[in-house]
Amino acid sequence: MRFEAGEYDVAVVGAGHAGCEAALAAARLGYKTVIFAINLDSVGNMPCNPSIGGTSKGQLVREIDALGGSMGKIADKTTLQSKVLNRAKGPAVYSLRAQIDRREYQTQMKHELELCENLDVKQGEIVDVLTEDTEGEIPKVCGVVTHTGAIYRTKCAILCTGTYLKGKVIIGDVSYSSGPDGLFPANSLSARLIELGFTILRLKTGTPARIKRASVDFSKMEEQYGDEVATPFSHDTDTLEIEQMPCYLTHTTTETHEIIRKNIHRSPMYNGSIEGVGPRYCPSLEDKVMRFSDKERHQAFVEPMGRNTEEMYLQGMSSSLPEDVQLDFMRTIIGLENLSVMRPAYAIEYDAIDARQLHLSLESRLVDGLFFAGQINGSSGYEEAAGQGIVAGINAAMKLSGRKPLIIDRSEGYIGVLIDDLVTRGTKEPYRMMTSRAEYRLLLRHDNADTRLMPKGYEAGLVSEERYQRFLKKQEAVQSEIDRLSATIMPPSRAVNDFLKEQNSTPIKNGVSLKELLRRPEITYEALEAIDKGRKDVTLNKTAREEVEILVKYEGYIKRQEQQVEQFKKMEKMLIPDDVDFKAIPTISLEAREKLSKLRPASVGQAGRISGVSPADVTALVVYLKTRQD
Amino acid sequence: MLYSNDCIAAISTPAGSGGIAIIRISGKDAFFIADKMFCANKEGVLSHCVSKMPDHTIKHGYVFDGGELVDECLLSKMEAPRTYTAENVVEVNCHGGFAVATKILELAIRCGARPAEPGEFTKRAFLNGRLDLSEAEGVMDIINAKTEESRKAAARQLSGRLSRQIEDICGRLVKALAEMEVSIDYPEYEMDEQAGDDASLVLKSIKEELLKLSATYDRGRLVRDGLKLVIAGLPNAGKSSLMNMLSGYNRSIVTDIPGTTRDTVDEFVQIDGVPIIITDTAGIRETEDTVEKIGVERAFEKIEEADLVVYVADCLDFEDDNEGANALKQEHIANVSRLTPENSVVIINKTDLDGEDGNASKKAEEFFKDFTCIKASILENKGVEPVFDIIKIRFLNQAAGYGSQNIITNIRHKTLIDQALSLLTAAEESLLGGMPLDCVSYDVRLCSEKLGEIIGKNISEDVIHDIFSRFCLGK
Repeated sequence: MRFEAGEYDVAVVGAGHAGCEAALAAARLGYKTVIFAINLDSVGNMPCNPSIGGTSKGQLVREIDALGGSMGKIADKTTLQSKVLNRAKGPAVYSLRAQIDRREYQTQMKHELELCENLDVKQGEIVDVLTEDTEGEIPKVCGVVTHTGAIYRTKCAILCTGTYLKGKVIIGDVSYSSGPDGLFPANSLSARLIELGFTILRLKTGTPARIKRASVDFSKMEEQYGDEVATPFSHDTDTLEIEQMPCYLTHTTTETHEIIRKNIHRSPMYNGSIEGVGPRYCPSLEDKVMRFSDKERHQAFVEPMGRNTEEMYLQGMSSSLPEDVQLDFMRTIIGLENLSVMRPAYAIEYDAIDARQLHLSLESRLVDGLFFAGQINGSSGYEEAAGQGIVAGINAAMKLSGRKPLIIDRSEGYIGVLIDDLVTRGTKEPYRMMTSRAEYRLLLRHDNADTRLMPKGYEAGLVSEERYQRFLKKQEAVQSEIDRLSATIMPPSRAVNDFLKEQNSTPIKNGVSLKELLRRPEITYEALEAIDKGRKDVTLNKTAREEVEILVKYEGYIKRQEQQVEQFKKMEKMLIPDDVDFKAIPTISLEAREKLSKLRPASVGQAGRISGVSPADVTALVVYLKTRQD
Repeated sequence: MLYSNDCIAAISTPAGSGGIAIIRISGKDAFFIADKMFCANKEGVLSHCVSKMPDHTIKHGYVFDGGELVDECLLSKMEAPRTYTAENVVEVNCHGGFAVATKILELAIRCGARPAEPGEFTKRAFLNGRLDLSEAEGVMDIINAKTEESRKAAARQLSGRLSRQIEDICGRLVKALAEMEVSIDYPEYEMDEQAGDDASLVLKSIKEELLKLSATYDRGRLVRDGLKLVIAGLPNAGKSSLMNMLSGYNRSIVTDIPGTTRDTVDEFVQIDGVPIIITDTAGIRETEDTVEKIGVERAFEKIEEADLVVYVADCLDFEDDNEGANALKQEHIANVSRLTPENSVVIINKTDLDGEDGNASKKAEEFFKDFTCIKASILENKGVEPVFDIIKIRFLNQAAGYGSQNIITNIRHKTLIDQALSLLTAAEESLLGGMPLDCVSYDVRLCSEKLGEIIGKNISEDVIHDIFSRFCLGK
């Protein structure tokens, strides 16, 4: 029996990291929103590693925060330890990673949803998406239905189903229908998506075992703490004072590898019973052992899951071998000889869609008002999911208010790289963000996420006037500090040259500005304070000081990259009208014509990134567009 | 590469067709670029003034490469939009043939232009609205045809071996890059035996290899533009006969009056597919005749530029030891002092007029003992073939010092390799200067993209693939 249960502007299906950001964005922009979770105790769950951030992912969290999302703020409140990675490897790749209290994060995120105005939080599995025919060519979303038959009428729906769609857990020769962490799977929705014309991919991921703290011999492991002074994710968190919890590093042994080799025939990956495509970057231990057979040991990290639990996460040891083999091999890892396992490692298969059926706004090209975000689009990772979530949430709101969608391009954010890669190129394996994927990486830094995206968040309405003014003030302060550095000339005095010698730097013979001195690789902004009398009047916070230093030190590189971006933007701005019939452009190669008609890129730039579209095709397309204009 | 405002340049007259060539430069900075290389000549006063020239005018002047004169030229200045491309356009008319034209094109590229893609002038003309709709379709066809043609041409030029070498270099760069990227994207990853050589060593070896490749462009130019073979010698030694013989038909006026060829004459032949530009020069001798004097001057210039000089000498000049003969020998000595054994070969001609004992030829051979000598009778077409053998040995069989080294013949390839080189240098400097890894990898990445462009490969996917296939990463 189906029944009418309510009317909303936006319905969000799934309350993981994508769903939470999507729902918060839509509701905060004033639209009546409902969010569904199969189990409300699983809101904002981290079914894999208990950490947020890392290389490129830390930047994603900063971007989400700059746009007005919540992931960064809640991570700051629930941090167990935090560390800036890659300090020595350059400004573009400084990345923040924090170990997170998993349960506490969930509680806080759920509370954030509950407190949010315009947002209803409901438990229920969505089994159907209702559509109505319109005068347009494609049907339009008009509602979603729960497994209990409740019909929620809605104008937009955002599907953030994570790994729940037809989820199947595999542990060796045991497999069963399940969502992550023993939660119910969502078995009905895939069929409806196929009916609506979506191409379904079968993907696979995995997670290692959770183990009991008391059974680990930490004396045999290397203790690892984070930075002494924790760096926050959020632009609004000034300082972070936490009691740090350590992680521990240990290694596998030759015995471990021996056990795996002997039992490899029992691995579902090797005997063919897993059909899903797993990610290359996240191999199971058996993959590592088989593929890199000359490696004598592999790293394993033991990470805390929270302050109120003795459960620990065994990073690096993901596996889909049978439980008895898992136990055997884990007990050969140094320090885990007396291991007690609380939850075994498992692999999970799930349905995703081919994201090439989406617009860059994350709205589908097949159903009007239907958006997709997170793992259902082929991505992997909490941060990747949240980044798509906030974009989908904002764009549902933009659609409802008749405004242009928010598109972040590849030169503006990792979120842009992520969405463009998924939507334009598609993926065959769960897609993980990496700094190497960003061609304009020197501009997509941790320190300048606000410069890049806060104006967009403000324009969309998700960044408050007060927050925006604070940002503008900071921008001004950074600029005036750079101006001050360039206007302050240091004389070749003894004091200055003594300082330079101390820093292993060449002494000066003529007056040189502080800015010039800061350009020297060996001289830091912090050290420069020793000869900089005007510094005491400068009131910049840590990140802003970092921004000043980076902008001065790497000015040359940044300028070069900006020139590249200028070229890139030209192509992005050449838009392709909706009514262009690619098939009727004879000068484009046959293969490219088909690809273009199928994917319908929004701009010439996007067209050029589709595989199978050659530079000659792009030229022909430009020429064609030009003739149309005349 | 799509439309942009950058400046493009190309030789717009077909290669190998005569004495005059036009180099066209189009783009916002065309005048600026022209000013860097062209000096107008106004009543003997030289000045850089292209920017100030009135629109649609022509000026006489000289193209200089730094302080060195390249050629005397006419330069036309055409301001946007009333030009073929609707952009600022400069056309340089040079009269040194396409060898000089190539030099001027290279100069324009060094001054900031980039080599035009095939059909790019037409494309710009079209995109800037200079062509009307009815022409549009034709233009698209042209662009496509030209792109295709150039793709094929490039493929041809990019011999299998060269392409494999570039691919190999790219592969090494990608590996080096992947190592940098792994340490950036996976900071916890333990670099162990999998990590390859020190990045700076890899970059250094690649740089050396690219430098060698880049340097072969001049040799590659032989293959593309042709080998410059100059025939020189005293008047009436048989130079024009040799020219006629080599080129297969009567081109020079052959008489027995010394000094008949008063200027240089060019001829094109092909040996084993390599074009050879044969230049017949005026006989070199002391002369009062102004016209002939110019011819002699020209002959000297040509000798300077030549890849190979065939010096023709009449064997009878060496028969006697009297005063007249000694004067002739002096002239020979003066001429030969301009040659080196490496860049020349001597034909001892008119052996048919020598005595039975070949006395004169022997004496001549002794006289030219430092040089490779060929005894021949050009008129009777006897004994000349060894010239071809020498050309083949010295130039075509790559015996001239390059061995198995690949050669670059395409200016686009050369430009990309040179750009890759300067990016590598920047990366090396960053490494040495203590810049962080992401700055170093920035230049290395751009460098590998430049090389990727030569072989039509997208590097970024390769890097990610290499990371995952070589390093064991994950949770």
